[in-house]
Amino acid sequence: MTAKVIAACRHRGIALCLIYAVLLAGCASTRGTGDLGVVIERAAGSVLIVETSAHKRLAQISGLGDLSHASVVYSRDERYAYVFGRDGGLTQVDLLRQQIVKRIVQAGNSIGGAISQDGRLVAVSNYTPGGVKVFDAHTLALVADIPALYGNSGQRSKVVGLVDAPEHRFVFALYDAGEIWVADMKDAQKPIVQKFKQVGDQPYDALITPDGRYYIAGLFGEDGLALLDLWHLDAGVKRILPGYGRGTRKMPVYKMPHLEGWAVAGDDIFIPAVGRSQVLVVDQRDWQEVGRIAVHGQPVFVMARPDGRQVWVNFAFPNNDTVQVIDVATRTIVKTITPGKTVLHMEFTPRGEQVWVSVRDADRVNVYDTNDFAMVASLPAAKPSGIFFTARAHKIGL
Amino acid sequence: MLTRATVIAWLVLLSAPVLADPPAPRQQELVNLVRQDCGSCHGMTLQGGLGPPLTAAALSGKPAEYLRGVILDGRAGTPMPPWRPFVSESEVRWMVDMLKRGAINDR
Repeated sequence: MTAKVIAACRHRGIALCLIYAVLLAGCASTRGTGDLGVVIERAAGSVLIVETSAHKRLAQISGLGDLSHASVVYSRDERYAYVFGRDGGLTQVDLLRQQIVKRIVQAGNSIGGAISQDGRLVAVSNYTPGGVKVFDAHTLALVADIPALYGNSGQRSKVVGLVDAPEHRFVFALYDAGEIWVADMKDAQKPIVQKFKQVGDQPYDALITPDGRYYIAGLFGEDGLALLDLWHLDAGVKRILPGYGRGTRKMPVYKMPHLEGWAVAGDDIFIPAVGRSQVLVVDQRDWQEVGRIAVHGQPVFVMARPDGRQVWVNFAFPNNDTVQVIDVATRTIVKTITPGKTVLHMEFTPRGEQVWVSVRDADRVNVYDTNDFAMVASLPAAKPSGIFFTARAHKIGL
Repeated sequence: MLTRATVIAWLVLLSAPVLADPPAPRQQELVNLVRQDCGSCHGMTLQGGLGPPLTAAALSGKPAEYLRGVILDGRAGTPMPPWRPFVSESEVRWMVDMLKRGAINDR
């Protein structure tokens, strides 16, 4: 193509030369987004657009505000990333043009977000003022505001564990109130909210199973989890794994664990214990504990490889230089690796042959083969935290 | 009777500057700890998160001694853990002073 442009410039004059040049530019920018993703650079307020096939950084985009504890959801065409910042910022990034499309600051302090089943709505869970705000995914115009009011004196709770659920619903938990709310968004401007109260002390995060049926909130204030069957809301919230610590003393927790739907491998759900160096295994057919695995420290992310054969675990301070791999069939640790100081997040490629690991204090993102655990690439990134690949676009709850 | 060991121990204690600031490299580690690790609950810019904000304005009504106790021994009934295994009392004195002056974000 380039040779053709040069030849055209020589023999056919300026006009044709320009046409070829435009064609060339067009060719270069035509590509899919299925192997792209975003890496959060938390301290710099920037994100990297990365390509998983070639382990390449494609672009760095700055001006996204305070990205400590940032997370990302994707439009269903996998072209746009919605980045939720700590400072209430909601930024829509175009992965192809590699630029910010729109950015709003919609609250004082936020923790995460979700995109609706039909891709038309983006919801954000806020700490200050506590509640959920719902925006038009195209224009970022406010569609609905759901303040997390509880008690009798107009208090507002911090909101955690916000996920999308089938049948046009968003589900979330109220940390201060100990409640789970299900918002029916069929009429987006007038959400119908069903509240479940006294679900447990200090729900700190939640997951929805990949089939979109069960919502499970982890509790910080007590041993156990709160389970809601979204097919049978009338049955209410049930406690699972009650008293899993069996009265033993908790260790201090230096970083809150996270829950996401990826913890499900077959019928087993792998869940971080709170205040214990353990991963708990629950059988989702009867919600009984079927195992617990001693690990290196307080687990933070407990993530199943997409095929469900392995579960990868990272840890809270001061054990955060290590990642362990659990073999699901035997429920034993088959590999311990030390990527470096402060491993913050992991993300599998869509079919799981590799995993990307952010190592904050090394300013690196390392890529490992999940079969032989060899490091296959390492990319520079400034204080990297969350890694989010576009395959999330088509997963319920992610 | 004083043994040689206790004499040496006393000399070391007496010669240590009791209220001295941590050495510069340690100060950088402590600032990193506050921003990154305290920051995972209190926000990297200390504006708050699951934990309350740690800005100078937010801390102005709280006595330094109370804040030092919270950092060293945690707060029962909340997720705040004790940091005593990782920081000394004199280091916490310096950290609280920095926080109350709003000086962490300048470093």
